[in-house]
Parts: sequence; C-alpha cells; structure tokens
Amino acid sequence: MKVLTLNFLTCAARSCKQSSDSFPLHPKEAELASDDVELNPQLLSNLLPRLDWNALRTTSTELGFPALPEQPPTLEELESDEKTLKDLHSLLMETNLMEGKLVCGHCGHEYAVKEGIANFLLPSHLV
Amino acid sequence: MSRPEDTLYADVHYDDVEARKYTTSSRIQNIQASMTRRALEILDLRTPSLILDIGCGSGLSGEILSSVPEEEGGPHVWIGMDISPSMLDVALQRDVDGDLFLADMGQGVPFRAGSFDAAISISAIQWLCNAESSDTSPATRLSRFFGGLYASLKRGGKVVCQFYPKNDVQKQMITSAAVKAGFGAGLLEDDPETKNMKVYLVLTAGQAVAGKAGDITNVVEGMDGVDVQDNRRKPQKGGRGEIKKGSKLWIIKKKEQMERKGKVVKATSKFTGRKRRVQF
Repeated sequence: MKVLTLNFLTCAARSCKQSSDSFPLHPKEAELASDDVELNPQLLSNLLPRLDWNALRTTSTELGFPALPEQPPTLEELESDEKTLKDLHSLLMETNLMEGKLVCGHCGHEYAVKEGIANFLLPSHLV
Repeated sequence: MSRPEDTLYADVHYDDVEARKYTTSSRIQNIQASMTRRALEILDLRTPSLILDIGCGSGLSGEILSSVPEEEGGPHVWIGMDISPSMLDVALQRDVDGDLFLADMGQGVPFRAGSFDAAISISAIQWLCNAESSDTSPATRLSRFFGGLYASLKRGGKVVCQFYPKNDVQKQMITSAAVKAGFGAGLLEDDPETKNMKVYLVLTAGQAVAGKAGDITNVVEGMDGVDVQDNRRKPQKGGRGEIKKGSKLWIIKKKEQMERKGKVVKATSKFTGRKRRVQF
C-alpha cells in the first residue's frame, strides 16, 4: 500500500467517523518495500492541495523517515524544484507498506496488512 | 441468465476457482474492458486523477485506468476495494498497479472526506441488494455505501457504476439510495431492450463543472447517441399547490383519506373547519 493511500485512509468503524483521532492510522511493525513508479508531476500537483500535510509528517516519522518540513511545498515550488518533486514522489508513490498493522488512534482496532493488502472487513459489532 | 447474487454472497461465490475462471475468460475480459472504457468516457477526466474502484476484483478495470495514455489525461492512480480474498489474490499475481483493500462496500468507504476525484464500479453494486446476515439489511448497506462514497469524493467528483439490476425495483432502490445520500443521479442505458443492455448509474457529488448546474443531464449532454429522459417531477406551479395545514381544504382532504381507509367520518357541512365562537 502506498504512503499516498495512507494519507487518505481512516478507520472504518462508524463510531470513529466523528473523531479526529481516527486519522491518520498508525502503522505498526511495518515492513516497507520500494517500487519503481514513473514520475508523474501533474498527478502530484493535482494531489498536493488534497494531502493532509500534518498527517503525512506523522506517518513518515512513524515509518522512520527523516522529518518533513513543517509547511507543505507550494505548487510553484513543486514545479520549479526538481528535488522536492522527486522526494515527494518517492515517499508518496514508490514507498509501499507490505506487511504490518494499521492501528486506529480512537478505537484501537488493528487492521492487518498482508502482501500490501489491508484487511478492512469489520466484525459486525463495530460496523 | 443465472444470477450468482441470488444464491451466494460475493466473498463465497468468488472462490479460487471462480476468481480464476472469471479473470482468464477472454469474453469477460472484453466485456469488462469495454464497460470500463465507457465509464471513463462518461467520467471525462482531463488530468491524472485518483480514482476509487469499488469491487475491483482481479483488477481488470484497474489495468485500463493505469494504461490511459498521457494525451487522454492519464495515467490515473487507483485504489481498489473488494470483498473476495480470492479475487484479490489473482490481482496480486497479475501484479496490478493500484492499491488493494479487502473491504465490504456495504460497511462504508474507509477514506477521509474529499479524497477522490472520481470513482468507478464495474458489475458490483447489485451485490448490495443482498444482505449477508440478519443484522444488516439491503437498505442499510446501500445507505452506508452511498453515504461513505459521497463523503470520500471531492466536490464536483463523479461516479460511474455499471451494474446488473435484477428488475426495476432494484434499479429504483439503488438510485433512490444514491439520491438520499446527496448525489445527483441518473441512469444511462446502453443498447436498451436488447440482451446486451448495460446499465450505468451516473452520480455527481455537489456542484459539477463550474458554470453548469450540478445536474446529471449536463454530464451526458453532447455525447453521441444519448437520449435524455427526464422523469423527475416538475415543481407544481401556482393554482392548487400546497394546501395549508388546518384549512378547510386540508380538513376535507384528510376526511377523504380516512373515508378511503374505511373509517367512520362525520359528513361535511358548511360548518366544517369553522372556528367556534368565543363563549361568554
């Protein structure tokens, strides 16, 4: 699962929908893999306004990457500075979470991730 | 034509054997591909987008999303969810580009608000009309699904769901659930009244294109060979619009209703609905 996807994923339980703790999910015992994906600058600039930068910072620290700057790059910076673009691309698109768990900060439910597929089937009492 | 929806649940029906059969059949591959292309045509995405694929199965539709050439606005990034582990297993072996989730669409869509540019679903949402156990019902599953989907789309996002309705009741049930969730909804039928009829549910979340109303008829407007049939009720104008509650007309209407139900109703006279005089 891409780090990009992690930035959009929340807990599926209905009681967690209202709580701000249910996003982002916290990766535990994560095994990462790197994948080669072709750079797509336009996609990144499309996605940039929709990214939750604070959540991305939390996720990347929890995955053990060096800390991201406090402010997200602006669209102009992204277009002019190739290094920023490449860094963002390799973090969002090329880094994959292969094995591990995703833990909700509100209800504590653990979603298992196997071979890059997260299991979001909920037991009926949580639905 | 047999309907697997009538006999089994999706995750049970698509076991290892069935998932392999489904994915390797060149006939199914062709049909799926043409339906995905049609859905993409309706979505009309101009720039690389993030797309949710509901009921992605073995990634047949996702492959097409990833392979849209640059001049047509691609390649898109997609996230797929499916309830059948066997189908996802086949997808893994085929090494698809999108991220996969094992999730039940009837339990909602576990993404935060405003995540996706668009969503597609090929031959999946008719499964929502079957409840798996006694603690859920098709109505709750439908409303959970469309509610979650509406929230996870960005404003102006579009959804195209191709599905196989069993009958008009199912069509109505799915469409009204989508409208209840806030979508602007319309049904597009390809090759109507033939064996190859394909039904697409086209949904818009919020205001569509700037300058145009958030109306589904604008989406298909200008496409070749599309006849628009607007079955919506037009707002009644003037004359006998709404009857004011408590008025004489309203009382008479209520009395008629009760009479039709077989209740005993006092006869209507010139005193019906009049105020009593203030007593000394």
